[in-house]
Amino acid sequence: MSTTESTPVAAPAPKRRLRDRIPVVHQLRQSVGLQRGMLITGLVVTAIFILTAIFAPLLAPYGFAQLRDADGPFGSQQPPSAEHPFGTTVGGYDVLSRTIWGAQTAILVIIIAVILSIFAGVLLGLLSGYFGGWLDRLLVVVCDAIYAFPSLLLAIVMAIAISGGQSNLWGGVLAAALSITVVFIPQYFRVIRAETVRIKAEAFVESAKVLGASNSRIMFRHVLRNATRTLPLIFTLNSSEAILTLAGLGFLGFGIEPTAAAEWGYDLNKALSDVTSGIWWTALYPGLAIVLVVLGITLVGESLNDLADPRLRGRRRVAQSAGVVAETSVVPGGTLTAGPGGLAGLEDEATFDEHGIEVKP
Amino acid sequence: MSTVVSIEGLGVSFSTDAGAVKAVDGVSLSVERGEVLAIVGESGSGKTVTAKTILGLLPETATTSGAVILSNKAGTAQHDVVSISKRSLRAIRGTDVAMVFQEPSTALNPVYTVGWQIIEGLRAHSDLSKKEARAKAIDVLRRVGIPEPEQRIDHYPHEFSGGQKQRIVIAMALVLDPGLIVADEPTTALDVTVQAEILDLLRRCRDEFGMGIVLITHNMGVVADLADRVAVMYQGKVVEEADAKTLFSAPKAEYTKALLAAVPYVGTGSAKTAERAAARPEGWTEQAPVVAAQGLEIVYPGRFGKPGFRAVDGVDLVIRPGEVLGLVGESGSGKTTIGRAIAGLTKVTGGSLRVLGHEMNGFSEREFRPLRSRIGFVFQDPASSFNPLLTIAECVAEPLIIHGRAGDAAAARPRVDELLEAVQLPKAYGDRYPHELSGGQRQRASLARSLALEPELLIADEPTSALDVSVQARVLELFAELQREFGFASLFISHDLAVVDLLADRIAVLYHGRLVEEGTGVEVLGSPRDPYTQRLLASLPVPDPVAQAERREELRRIREAN
Repeated sequence: MSTTESTPVAAPAPKRRLRDRIPVVHQLRQSVGLQRGMLITGLVVTAIFILTAIFAPLLAPYGFAQLRDADGPFGSQQPPSAEHPFGTTVGGYDVLSRTIWGAQTAILVIIIAVILSIFAGVLLGLLSGYFGGWLDRLLVVVCDAIYAFPSLLLAIVMAIAISGGQSNLWGGVLAAALSITVVFIPQYFRVIRAETVRIKAEAFVESAKVLGASNSRIMFRHVLRNATRTLPLIFTLNSSEAILTLAGLGFLGFGIEPTAAAEWGYDLNKALSDVTSGIWWTALYPGLAIVLVVLGITLVGESLNDLADPRLRGRRRVAQSAGVVAETSVVPGGTLTAGPGGLAGLEDEATFDEHGIEVKP
Repeated sequence: MSTVVSIEGLGVSFSTDAGAVKAVDGVSLSVERGEVLAIVGESGSGKTVTAKTILGLLPETATTSGAVILSNKAGTAQHDVVSISKRSLRAIRGTDVAMVFQEPSTALNPVYTVGWQIIEGLRAHSDLSKKEARAKAIDVLRRVGIPEPEQRIDHYPHEFSGGQKQRIVIAMALVLDPGLIVADEPTTALDVTVQAEILDLLRRCRDEFGMGIVLITHNMGVVADLADRVAVMYQGKVVEEADAKTLFSAPKAEYTKALLAAVPYVGTGSAKTAERAAARPEGWTEQAPVVAAQGLEIVYPGRFGKPGFRAVDGVDLVIRPGEVLGLVGESGSGKTTIGRAIAGLTKVTGGSLRVLGHEMNGFSEREFRPLRSRIGFVFQDPASSFNPLLTIAECVAEPLIIHGRAGDAAAARPRVDELLEAVQLPKAYGDRYPHELSGGQRQRASLARSLALEPELLIADEPTSALDVSVQARVLELFAELQREFGFASLFISHDLAVVDLLADRIAVLYHGRLVEEGTGVEVLGSPRDPYTQRLLASLPVPDPVAQAERREELRRIREAN
């Protein structure tokens, strides 16, 4: 090209550092004040929950279905003691061990439910939002119908269908996970569909269309990646809902047998009669576990949600008239000093942050 | 004359994710009663922030220093807006200073009648009874030129046109009779013919109501039309302050000179057009046209039995190879619809439209797809026309990959580098993401993408309307240069006659979906035959206060003649 000589090579744009690009770490560094406190609390609680689930065999003093050790049976409804820090249940299980093992069941349900629902929901949402028409209308109606259906009722039906009322570990976990999946698919579907409809109208999708790109290329290369920004938020909020559904199932008696796996909701159900007779330890610890885990995950989700929105995000106040005046898109004397369209006055220093606010590096 | 507002050593900083950003730096200005002070500057120069400080409208992330002394209309009380409490600030807003916003359709609440909204402000500041307030609202609506205000007061905002809505917004500002009106880009969202009327109204506010007006704008023509004094802002500082005539005739600061030089004038393109026309080979007019429309009709379907909206109504036009056709019209005139129809984005419902020999009426995407490689499209908003998650190089490589000229983005890179150089962007910019480029740079990259396949036809839909004037001037020059080099035919769509005049061989004027006039720049702009074109041309303010005063007279004559 004739203009090659006149084009100076600019330094490559400064890349954002790796630690600023990892999703949660980036938000953590970005947050200040109360929002940071909330996020850290949530992250710590969630981390404890995940670590507990992974290291349950090491942490728990006894197995989840263990009723006796070398010294004989544990005994029923024993108050907290040196051997049983949280006491024992009416069935004679160690409360501490069952609370720790319960984390494993809970995380299993979260993983299965979210994986199953996220793929189906995202794909359906993408297709429905992008193509529109009768497919869109049909899917929206189906999703609305599912919304109208009580999720717990659905879970009970699922539990009966999958395991015939007999609850082993996988039967119980799958029943909970699948019923949650059915309820969650519409959520992912709705979010991705709304984003797709919005992005479909953006100029870059039209420009891909004008270039002659095929529908699948536009959908997966241009729309999908731009539509997934809110997924981590629903993911966290759904995880806490998954735990609640599992606990609800267990509480209603559709959970997992104590010999198959530890499950907080089941323990709460069995502790129901204890509460009135002054036996507090059987209900307190599983209940506390549910509350803490749900709170922790919800805190992470809510903080991420706030931090993703520049209008909700808190910032440190700046000192009186601090900072440098941003270089703007104005070219000082550009038309005088630079040749036609030349680069002499073009701003190669200024960059933009992700919200389009121009800043000097 | 008394001073209504005096700004002394104002500095404003914002806290952002990237740290502190200073928006305004040591600005001192003052406005007298019955005076229009225009603050001119390009985006990011701090003009809007300065204006918002006068009303205390800055967001919480802002830190302010300096003083903004605001007097009431009688000159009996003074307040420093920067240090005042929120409660007293509320008392001042509306009574001492009022604001006219840029976008009238969003400044009015759609679920209340306009009368309710005017009375709301009245009753917040005075003890008027409902009846008195209503009478006053009707009176102010009449004074801003709303016909039949007694009935119209009970109408909702959507029942008014854009220009009328802006009149109502001005009425809301006027109703409490403040000493100062801050108008932030009051005509940017309006068509030129409406803009001229709103500017007339603002002029009357100054003359009849004796108000001080702070006019924020980037349009030098508007400044020349209305302003008494002009302050030019650049990077948060006032670089030059002078009365309007002096500033336009003898600008002192380098930046002001550059800014004025970048403003396109009507009539500058004729010489170039004649030159190009002379250079055409013999028999050029007999060549097969790239685009030929005959009785083109495009109707958007209506809802549930209502008749559809006729966006384009019987348009005939021809674009020959290597020719630039400028399509001018106001919003809603159908100019963008025609561009989209040629690119196959909108369905043609009647007549005939042949693009590169392919009939677009009843076209199928599958048959048209191979032809897409011969058509380029430049979108209006460079910010949204790039996928934010792909680098510039990947975006520019897209057409090459789609049409099989390259396997992937890496293989296309040498060609992409060539293209970036052709639009005078450094090669290294290919590795940046779209948000890391400024508006002008992005629009260059957009040109590079549309030229990647060396198309025979380029459709440019308002490619410079989202850019600042100085950036616009460079993008237009680049466009002309590329057109010479690549020799593509082009449909250049714009609402700005001066911009079209710079580039186009022929100009077509659209009005309500009909083609009212077509011809070379000299014909259409030199001696327009159609009354609409005449009005459009006379409405366009020129950046010269003396010449603009004459044009204003001419516009009045045209209006009265009709």
